[in-house]
Amino acid sequence: MSLKAVEINDLSVKFNEQLVLKDINFSIGEKDFVAIIGPNGGGKSTLLKIILGILTPDTGDVKVFGKAPKKARNLMGYLSQNLKFDHDFPINVFETVLTGRYHGLFKGYTKRDDEVVLQALKDVEMDEFKDRQISKLSGGQMQRVFIARAIVREPKLLIMDEPMASIDPEMQHSFYELMSRLKNNMAIVLVSHDVGAVSTHVDKIACLNQELFYHGPVENAANGLEEIYHCPIELISHGIPHRVLRDH
Amino acid sequence: MLEIFQYQFMQRALIAAVLVSVACGVVGSYVVIKRIVSLSGAISHAAFGGVGIGYFLGVNPVLAAIPFSIISAIAIGGVKQITDISEDTSIGILWSVGMAIGVIFINLTPGYAPDLFSYLFGSILTVNNTDLYIMLVLDLIIISTVYLFRREFLAVSFDEEFSEVVGLPALLVYMLLLALVALSVVVLIKVVGVILLIALFTIPAAISKQYTYNLKNLMVLATILGIVLTTVGLILSYIFNLASGATIVMVLATAFGISYYLRG
Repeated sequence: MSLKAVEINDLSVKFNEQLVLKDINFSIGEKDFVAIIGPNGGGKSTLLKIILGILTPDTGDVKVFGKAPKKARNLMGYLSQNLKFDHDFPINVFETVLTGRYHGLFKGYTKRDDEVVLQALKDVEMDEFKDRQISKLSGGQMQRVFIARAIVREPKLLIMDEPMASIDPEMQHSFYELMSRLKNNMAIVLVSHDVGAVSTHVDKIACLNQELFYHGPVENAANGLEEIYHCPIELISHGIPHRVLRDH
Repeated sequence: MLEIFQYQFMQRALIAAVLVSVACGVVGSYVVIKRIVSLSGAISHAAFGGVGIGYFLGVNPVLAAIPFSIISAIAIGGVKQITDISEDTSIGILWSVGMAIGVIFINLTPGYAPDLFSYLFGSILTVNNTDLYIMLVLDLIIISTVYLFRREFLAVSFDEEFSEVVGLPALLVYMLLLALVALSVVVLIKVVGVILLIALFTIPAAISKQYTYNLKNLMVLATILGIVLTTVGLILSYIFNLASGATIVMVLATAFGISYYLRG
């Protein structure tokens, strides 16, 4: 039996008496590429933070590769949403991605770290900007740098919060190409409020709005979405290459 | 004009200017890029509580300020974690309560507190050898801590949440950084006083930040700038017979204005 990347049982979370996540039961296989979609405020980021061990749930059990989330951090890569930092923060692209290779107190970065970082920057087509100060990039370029920072850890589970947020349309295609290469080596879970941004490359879709509905393969998702959003949803967005669902 | 440096108090003041600038250049760089200027302001005012306790107990007020300001720095980091009090609110409380504790303990101390004013507004000309030794030791502690934890400080300053995810003890590192702020405050007390020292903390680093995107260069540049500007302030205060701390702050502010204008 293969080990699940993520296994969540009966998870509930409250913030200030407000139920944010309710009775979540969910698992992600070792090589799954899962998209969690749902409206803003539906608890998507909260769920990711629980998987990462940044937040602790009120009730329920969360295991990442069979361990408590905090113990499994070495196995996870993370792309967060809305990073705020000083606009002339003294750090360049290379140094930013290098922080993803952090080894522990008093342990320096090695030559191999440098190589992995450069390779990741090539993967996101940002290697020519490696010496650029981080804020001297466009929103889309910056997002690619943060994707590089997430994958540079060579994680077994890659967690991405709104990875498409500021990615330019022409980059979306190469983003999914990168993801389909990565998914041979790791489980990937991404969240998005934008149904259209989730492409055919995703294996499985789950819908989250306080409660989670797992739909498995993408094509089965149609009815579930309407249930969650409580309104009909336009599921076909970008035309042929980026079609989310088959015609139906 | 150089004859003013024949005086021993002037030589000591000059050494003090260098020692102060090292603390400001190194720690001030983090204060500016991590945007904890007002938090540092609170720690500096809280340090006055330690000065008051020092008077009361009859120990060197600067030494007494060390544990007191470190504890307040760590308290502010911890309060954010274990309660839902906002950092902004705890800054406001610590800022005034620290000062109040200082005032009360000085009240309780029999007799008159002769150099109280110098702890509030600084008096670089009255720095004695003991003060210089304390400043030197604290500078060495600051530099070696920053060297040892440079990777952690950079990561936490840039993105606390991500640091935590890669297994860095983000909260502990943040508290260590605040403790360094507290130590720097103590280095600075004698020179510019608790009320004015935030200027020396922020301005050299804020100016330097306009000219470099490398943290190490930023620290070096801020240190050099601190030395130059503090010395200019010192000389001006001597020539015009003005309070040294306030003059230094005005020189710093002028330099910031000019630099900002030149950078357009």
